[in-house]
Amino acid sequence: MLLLVAIHLVAAAVAPALTRLMDRRAFLVLALVPAGSLAWILAQTSTVTGPDARAVEQVTPWVPALDLELAFSLGTLSWFLAVLVTGVGALVLVYCAWYFRPGDPEIWRFSAVLTGFAGSMLGLVLSEDFLLLFVFWELTTVFSYLLVGHNPERKANRRAAMNALIVTTFGGLAMLVGIIVLGQRVGTYRIADIVAAEPSGAAVTAAIALILVGAVSKSALVPFHFWLPGAMAAPTPVSAYLHAAAMVKAGIFLVALLAPAFADTPLWRPSLLVLGVLTMLVGGLRALRQHDVKLLLAYGTVSQLGFLMAIVGLGTRNAALAGVAMICAHALFKAALFMVVGIVDRSCGTRDLRQLTGLARRMPVLLVVTVLAAASMAGIPPLTGFVAKETVFAAFEEVARTGDGTGLPSWAGWLVLAGLVVGSLLTVAYSLRFVWGVFADKDGAELPREPDAIPAGFLAPAAVLAVLSLVVGFLGRPWTTLVEGYSTAFPAGEHEEYLALWHGFELPLLLSAVAVAGGVVLHLQRYRTEVLQAQFTRLPDAERGYQWGMRGVDRLAVEVTGATQRGSLPLYLGTIVLALVLVPGFALVRQFDGLGDVVAWQHPAQAVVAVIMAVAAIAAVRSRKRLKAVILVGVAGYGMAVMFVLHGAPDLGLTQVLVETVTLVIFLLVLRRLPAYFSDRPLTIARWWRVAIGVAAGVAVGGFALAASGARTLPPVSEAFAREAYDFGGGENVVNVTLVDIRAWDTMGELSVLVVAATGVASLIFLITGRTGRVRPDEAIDHPSRWLRAGRTLSEERRSVVFEIVTRLVFHMIMVFSLFLVFSGHNEPGGGFAGGLIAGLALMVRYLAGGRHELDEAAPVDAGHLLGLGLVIATLSALAPLAFGGEVLQSAVVDGTLPVLGYVKLVTSLFFDFGVYLVVVGLMLDVLRSLGGGIDRGAEAEAEDDDPSSVPDAAPAEGIS
Amino acid sequence: MTTNLTLVILMAVLVACGVTLLLERSLTRILVGVLLLSNGVNLFFLVASGPAGNAPVLGSVGPGPMSDPLPQAMVLTAIVITLGVSAFLLAMAYRSWQLGGDDEVQDDVEDALITRLAERDETSSTFDGGSDGELDEEGADT
Repeated sequence: MLLLVAIHLVAAAVAPALTRLMDRRAFLVLALVPAGSLAWILAQTSTVTGPDARAVEQVTPWVPALDLELAFSLGTLSWFLAVLVTGVGALVLVYCAWYFRPGDPEIWRFSAVLTGFAGSMLGLVLSEDFLLLFVFWELTTVFSYLLVGHNPERKANRRAAMNALIVTTFGGLAMLVGIIVLGQRVGTYRIADIVAAEPSGAAVTAAIALILVGAVSKSALVPFHFWLPGAMAAPTPVSAYLHAAAMVKAGIFLVALLAPAFADTPLWRPSLLVLGVLTMLVGGLRALRQHDVKLLLAYGTVSQLGFLMAIVGLGTRNAALAGVAMICAHALFKAALFMVVGIVDRSCGTRDLRQLTGLARRMPVLLVVTVLAAASMAGIPPLTGFVAKETVFAAFEEVARTGDGTGLPSWAGWLVLAGLVVGSLLTVAYSLRFVWGVFADKDGAELPREPDAIPAGFLAPAAVLAVLSLVVGFLGRPWTTLVEGYSTAFPAGEHEEYLALWHGFELPLLLSAVAVAGGVVLHLQRYRTEVLQAQFTRLPDAERGYQWGMRGVDRLAVEVTGATQRGSLPLYLGTIVLALVLVPGFALVRQFDGLGDVVAWQHPAQAVVAVIMAVAAIAAVRSRKRLKAVILVGVAGYGMAVMFVLHGAPDLGLTQVLVETVTLVIFLLVLRRLPAYFSDRPLTIARWWRVAIGVAAGVAVGGFALAASGARTLPPVSEAFAREAYDFGGGENVVNVTLVDIRAWDTMGELSVLVVAATGVASLIFLITGRTGRVRPDEAIDHPSRWLRAGRTLSEERRSVVFEIVTRLVFHMIMVFSLFLVFSGHNEPGGGFAGGLIAGLALMVRYLAGGRHELDEAAPVDAGHLLGLGLVIATLSALAPLAFGGEVLQSAVVDGTLPVLGYVKLVTSLFFDFGVYLVVVGLMLDVLRSLGGGIDRGAEAEAEDDDPSSVPDAAPAEGIS
Repeated sequence: MTTNLTLVILMAVLVACGVTLLLERSLTRILVGVLLLSNGVNLFFLVASGPAGNAPVLGSVGPGPMSDPLPQAMVLTAIVITLGVSAFLLAMAYRSWQLGGDDEVQDDVEDALITRLAERDETSSTFDGGSDGELDEEGADT
């Protein structure tokens, strides 16, 4: 069974290619998939139906940890549904091959979605695991959404699709909660086990109520019915399949599936019977005032779904028999009628019964098909609909007379029966209205165009269904036997019903006669009823209620967003900082249990540096000049480096010095262009707020630090790092081994962050992806200056010979030193980060001495390539140990004696560190190109714009692309 | 465990200064604030990591215990990431200056529009509350 569903989904996947190849004929091939499934299902008939039925099961584990399984089961009830789903599905796909115009550009999508839907629907009726059923349930909802929104160009269609989606998903989510409550209560999600356990209690009642919400919304009962007429925006084959035979039956199916165990749950019968009868009446009345025959059928479907829900929800043996019979009858006649609508629509170009006229003479075969199907809908003997409806009446008569084990009072039984008879009367009336509306001659009506001839293949599926409606009516006995596998799940009543055309002169026959006679009268008086109905349009309307609710949700969202999202960055940050101060601060005040061992300082120099740093920081806050603030923050930064060294962290000290230098230079590169002063702001109350929040944050964080350092009770995890670093990491610098081995995953993450930041910088400045920015000013470079190749690209007043000479002398030495740091970093302070920063500084010197073209000469590579290469090397060296049976990021030590170098010890994590080196160099290059060269170019372009006659420095400005 | 009061006080000052600048609107000031704040937080690591000691390099001479290497590795990562963030913020400040003539962060216009909708008790622009229009499976142009 898993295979059947899977084949559908595979077919859906190849459907687009198939339609490209064969156009609309592809539907004929696709129809083979449900047809083949039907053949398999029919082959199981003798096993899964009849009095000795037993289900065919198939279980495949899916997520064992969650007890999720792909459990499928074919029992009697699912056999009936599966036959309908696959049979009608195959016919609808055949029908599609004529419904769509040749070369329709949308059918590639339509064919895939419709086939996918067929698979999901089959999966739904075959599911044995409740959660699996839910998955298919929601899949059908999504496919239905896509099909209803087939033509998304119209606003009304989009809205209809969205309404259908929201309403059914709402019900689906309620159902999911119910399923989980039920499953947890029983301890299994197998439907057969849940039904066999027959749990009860308040939780079960609530769970069942929630599941019923799902069923009622899916099957379009009042008050959720309004989505179904809207869903008629879908192409007619979809209406014939989803909104008549298949999807809307899902709710009915679920109720029928659970009825044997839960029909006696307190809410079950009252809610389903009331909603069912109400829906049947509302739908029937609405159908009588439609002019679009497709909408007429849609409201008719709403009405019939109410009827079905009332009968399958009743939960007696007779009702089970009648319910299954009615499900089959409805699928046969309603799918056929929708197909007729599609044929008429395609042939005449209209579905409005005020325009359709004279078709009885022109389309006699279609008339016969329609009359058969409509007669079945109206319950006229000897058609299937009559047989089923008789049994429904009989089942309710039994309940009204004896209770039939339901515990319903007699008056309630009679009341429901009366409601159903009135509903049937309306059904007869709108059946007549349909036949009359499509085929009758009408005065003053005129077809918009001469009807086209109907191809035989177009008509055949509808004809097959109509003929089945006729034939099955005569097969009452075998039909009854088939259903017994399901109906015997209910306790036997006093009086066993059976399906037959003739039961003798009993009450149901009388009621049928009343319904038919009343329906005919109602149809003859159709103008009067239309006038009467027009006066009741002010009745409460579920759709208006839904719109009101949706509007409320939207308004709430606007209010909440408007109140919380003020769009001010200082406000957001202030809120976050205040939360930091208040929430953990509150805990700190409540829980603080004394200081640990406090010393003023561990080294007197700490106090000196601290004073300098504090003064610099405060002065940076007060500074009104940009440059001053930046230099002061640099002072604080260099102070940090001293603090690190004093603490015993030479690696940090080294890195901090390098980073601080780089930061200072790139700050200055950007500050060239920004105004010297911060914009003048008067001393407002907001400023005091900022200071207050800042001070509060400082005090709070200081308090956290005191509490944290006093709170340690256990030795740190890193106690063993030193030994591990040497034994496993093969290095003596513990910090470096930590970075490239023990906690190398952190470093991997960091590398990614750096690549993203570098790319961000480049894209903000260049606004394009290429970042070499390499346009050689050939003339200047072909005649290199004495010291630097691109020295001449700078104007004379910006050149400094001494700087050029020094640069020439030290550049290569610095580069070599940076590599040395990478190699030695494993044992001495250094490593990939420090090495990369030093190489970056060397490049920076080249840029400062010779301008951006000199930078291109120094590093004629795309910074993006460096970043990518570094990341690739780091990743490969992380994964390489896997090839040797090791773990990701594991290090190996290789040592030996080389001829010249002597004893060499190589640790494989060096490659990882080299990746780090390349990423940092790439970042530096990107930053220099963007904030250095990129801004230069911007400035040059601006200067040229301001004064077209002026000659730019030496190089022609390329302008910002 | 010993707590170094000097470091704690310096950290509090750096965080206070950093947060004060962070709440400004000028991107340059915000960046200066970020730098001060990250210095303060790095100090927090030192304070929490225990007393000063010898460099965590095996074979380095000196009496007494080693300083804790793990927080140092974390801080090293933090320092380099701060460099990346600074470069990005600087590029943003420059871009903002290029587009608008200053580097100030303005209030978000879209948020202001929503606030105005809320004041007027209106629905959002994407809300479709109507029921007009005909359903039709065919394309709008046929």
